[in-house]
Amino acid sequence: MSLEPLVEIRDLNFTYDSRPVLTGINMTIPRGKVVAVMGSSGCGKTTTLRLIGGQLRPTSGSVKVGGQMVHELSGDGLYALRRRMGMLFQFGALFTDMSVYDNIAFQMREHTDLPEKVIRDLVMMKLHAVGLRGAHDLMPAELSGGMARRVALARAVALDPMLIMYDEPFAGLDPISLSIIGELIRKLNDVLGASSVVVTHDVQESLKIVDYVYFVSAGKIVAEGTAEEIKQSKVPYVHQFVWGEADGPVPFQYPARPYGEELMERAGRRG
Amino acid sequence: MDNAIVRTLRGLGEKVTSRIWRLGYASRFFLAILLHSGTSLRRINLTIREIYFTGVLSLIIILVSGMFVGMVLGLQGYDTLQRYGSTEALGVLVSLSLVRELGPVVAALLFASRAGSAITAEIGMMKATEQLSAMEMMAVDPIARVVAPRFWGGVISMPLLAALFSAMGIFGGYLVGVQLIGVDEGSFWSQMQASVDFREDILNGVIKSFVFGVIVSWVAVFEGYDAEPTAEGVSGATTRTVVTSSLAILAADFILTAFMFTGS
Repeated sequence: MSLEPLVEIRDLNFTYDSRPVLTGINMTIPRGKVVAVMGSSGCGKTTTLRLIGGQLRPTSGSVKVGGQMVHELSGDGLYALRRRMGMLFQFGALFTDMSVYDNIAFQMREHTDLPEKVIRDLVMMKLHAVGLRGAHDLMPAELSGGMARRVALARAVALDPMLIMYDEPFAGLDPISLSIIGELIRKLNDVLGASSVVVTHDVQESLKIVDYVYFVSAGKIVAEGTAEEIKQSKVPYVHQFVWGEADGPVPFQYPARPYGEELMERAGRRG
Repeated sequence: MDNAIVRTLRGLGEKVTSRIWRLGYASRFFLAILLHSGTSLRRINLTIREIYFTGVLSLIIILVSGMFVGMVLGLQGYDTLQRYGSTEALGVLVSLSLVRELGPVVAALLFASRAGSAITAEIGMMKATEQLSAMEMMAVDPIARVVAPRFWGGVISMPLLAALFSAMGIFGGYLVGVQLIGVDEGSFWSQMQASVDFREDILNGVIKSFVFGVIVSWVAVFEGYDAEPTAEGVSGATTRTVVTSSLAILAADFILTAFMFTGS
């Protein structure tokens, strides 16, 4: 295995409708590691994933995955690269008209000529890995939120990808499902010899499993380091975020005129 | 005052250009469907599944409506024809009205509201729940895998449904005209056979229903694919599918009729 990192993002800028979403992002995802991208909602985390997956193109800068410049690939080249990536979407994004089994078999049927018997063995192995072999003939509507996320996880690793991307894998899960998903992310990464990017705002759960963290705020990286370094961080925003403080650099109040001033004015009008 | 005029004009211009832009986008989308149709043909099961969902599941509404339209034609036709003492021409009236016009048009309108809206809602929901995005990330093109089979399923179902609609209508007209009112059965069928021309009437009707099938399926898949990925967005897109495709069917029917049946 070469020592070159799997994903390298250099001086990345991305603007949407002339509004800057990401500015000057530099990020490295070494092979075999689980890297978290953290920050509050709407700070550009998911956009980063979409840039890595080639669903968006950077305004400037570069995104390199497995030695290939993602934004310079042709349509076919991009699809070839995506076959080696897996992605878990925020709410699973399971195909609602297919059973659990067919959801996981989907990519195998689309991209390989494997006989159905082999596909069955592979699907059952993936389902067993996430503990849901017994649920293979259920429809997505019959699954609980935690189960749906595990099925989506099994689907994301269906073709043994080199890179697994997770978009808010912990959102809306109960504590048991939360730790199951956390453990699975770590385990699957290590067993498959893959690399993982976890976009999340769930600090406590993700700090348990990740090797390295990038903190994004307003489209910029404000801090980075190992889980321990992030916990000890003195950067005010990171401190507020990690310890869940209601007020700080991210104010509790949405910007408004001072309340006193507003009350006085109203009293004046009435008087 | 001036400002109000400027604002109105600007708003009008903006609306017009955005409509034209959308039409262009829809046309490019149509081309993309055609270019990515290989999968639907190679893996014909995908298309057959959609024919089941759009065609077979629309059968009940199409057959029942066809029957009633035919029965009403029988009653109304008899009432008018008897004034001229030519009730034996009832078979011709019922069959020509159905095969040339009512079959393709009414079946297409029903198809738009039954199947078109369902296609839009399904694709719109797939977009809203990121299923299309997930498919893209799995290196599977959603236009080839999701959109094109639904488009072709609709295009293939529509002429078949229109034909069934007409057949049921003629049967309904027969029930009312011959069995209920007592028009002579022999002249009902023989005059129909003599007057309905295969090329002129039936084939033109099939061409119409094929064109309507393309219109409804195109509008339905486009509105679904272009829907805002929210609950309101999907419901708005579903409504637009029914309204736009119905209006387009009626407009296209007028144009096609003008070319097909004038001067003959």
